[in-house]
Amino acid sequence: MKKLSARRRHPLAALVVLLFALAATGGLYAAFAPAGTAQADSSSQSLAIEEGKKLYAVGCSSCHGLNGQGGTDGPSLVGVGSAAVDFQVGTGRMPAQQPGAQVPAKKNIYSQAQIDQLAAYVASFGPGPVAPTKDQYDTAKGDVSAGGELFRTNCAQCHNFAGKGGALTHGKYAPALDNTSPKHIYEAMQTGPQNMPAFPDSVMPEKQKRDIVAFVRHTAEAPSPGGMDLGSLGPVTEGLFGWIFGLGALIAVAIWVAAHTSKAKKS
Amino acid sequence: MSHDMSEEKLPEHRGSEGHEVAVHDDPFADPGLPPHEVRRTDIDERAARRAERQVALLFTVSMLATIGFIASYVVFPIDQIVFIWPFGHVSSLNFALGTTLGAALFCIGAGAVHWARTLMSDVEVADERHPIEAPEDVRAKVISDFKAGAEESGFGRRKLLRNTLIGSMALVPLSGVVLLRDLGPLPGKKLEHTGWDAATPAKPIKLVSMNTDEPLKAEDVTVGSLVFAKPQGLSEASEGFQQAIAKDAVMLVRIAPEDIKDRPSREMGFDGILAFSKICTHVGCPISLYEQQTHHVLCPCHQSTFDLSDGARVIFGPAGHPLPQLKIKTDADGNLIATGDFNAPVGPSYWERA
Repeated sequence: MKKLSARRRHPLAALVVLLFALAATGGLYAAFAPAGTAQADSSSQSLAIEEGKKLYAVGCSSCHGLNGQGGTDGPSLVGVGSAAVDFQVGTGRMPAQQPGAQVPAKKNIYSQAQIDQLAAYVASFGPGPVAPTKDQYDTAKGDVSAGGELFRTNCAQCHNFAGKGGALTHGKYAPALDNTSPKHIYEAMQTGPQNMPAFPDSVMPEKQKRDIVAFVRHTAEAPSPGGMDLGSLGPVTEGLFGWIFGLGALIAVAIWVAAHTSKAKKS
Repeated sequence: MSHDMSEEKLPEHRGSEGHEVAVHDDPFADPGLPPHEVRRTDIDERAARRAERQVALLFTVSMLATIGFIASYVVFPIDQIVFIWPFGHVSSLNFALGTTLGAALFCIGAGAVHWARTLMSDVEVADERHPIEAPEDVRAKVISDFKAGAEESGFGRRKLLRNTLIGSMALVPLSGVVLLRDLGPLPGKKLEHTGWDAATPAKPIKLVSMNTDEPLKAEDVTVGSLVFAKPQGLSEASEGFQQAIAKDAVMLVRIAPEDIKDRPSREMGFDGILAFSKICTHVGCPISLYEQQTHHVLCPCHQSTFDLSDGARVIFGPAGHPLPQLKIKTDADGNLIATGDFNAPVGPSYWERA
């Protein structure tokens, strides 16, 4: 101790103390720093954003602008979130083929990995709805009957009571939900694609969304005990079918009966 | 006489041009019935017996089909789905019941028609008409009997009886007239007000979400979203809920304030949140086919279209009034509240509507 104390005025003492302090700070940081996996995640996340940026430049930027700011041909993508990208690209609606009243669903040309990269890039523009996890849209966990009631309150006015879709104004329409996957139904409710209003968690909690997804899939998959559902359009198609085919068959029988005489001498 | 038919075109004059037309003396004479023709079953006993067997067979098939109906009701489980071309997947019970009942009814009809056409008499019969009027002597007797009856009843002589009878007969229909009171009472101001009318600035009513049954906060309603609301205190379990919600239902949307074209409408909302009646002003259908980009609301019944960004103005269809709007603001906790009724009577137009 004496030796150390004797050298405390040595010209290199300050340097030694400084080195000790730096080593202590670094050591403490290494001990208490956030886990290393987070660092790895953020680097893979930034990698995905990099890849997504390339995909975005090729497929999206001509309408939505190089930085997602939007333009005359497409809306701004700031704040739409990864859920909107996953829905729009996953159902083939984006990239759009041509402008029009409504962009239709078509064959999706991106792999899920590419969609995730695009979503990561677009989500980096600003906070927005996040694509759901499998558990959020697990139809097995949803309550079909509660979902039916919610569906009739919130969705059936446009999508029809059986999810068969319907017409809106000026060539727009609510699409049929028969072939929409649970994840995409969930994302549509979160983000409100095109002219569909959004149903954020604040007005329709996650559990209610899962119930609705369960109801829509149940309705699409359960067989109809009545046989041909004639588009599930209700009394219009059913009445038309009855008048044309039911009455038509009766008239045909009546004509057949009258055309065959029972007289012995055929005239 | 220029509008008379040219006489040269009449048949009599055609003969002179070399085309003889046979004209009867009386062109409107009754030609009478054509001669009766017999059927095979009338002259051939074997054909008649065959027709009889066919009719009996149809009736027998009907009986078997009815038994089949009862058997299917017992045998088939209610939830069994089978594939039957061309109906697709169908409940086996429904299909069996429908087919057997249809066959049972059709065979009765077909048998009856076949019976009438082949075996029942088809000889033409003509009945001559006769005057409806009764013979002179019968009429005279009825009149004299009536006079005698009137005399015996004393109807003309006993004036008190006659007048009280007329009075009682005249009063009886009044019972029916009084019952018409049940059509009333007149609605009075009822059509002008909804459940929101109870709200005052001192005692506002909160807007409650139809989905969660919780009061809605302003931050819950994001731009582009749609949510339906009812007045707080109106529960689905409460009596008269259906009548109340048919007038009180509210459709809440949020539009970016700079997109709202109608200033009074914007000022009735809160920061772009607008509350409109969900009841179409044409014939009162519930209307909520909302397009969040165009801000149009379409009525599914008769395609009335309202522009929510322009005070719910009617831009297409038969509706005569814009959708009534509910003035909303927020309370200290951020909950959306109403301090009064809609700005116009909800639902279809009516006679006394101002």
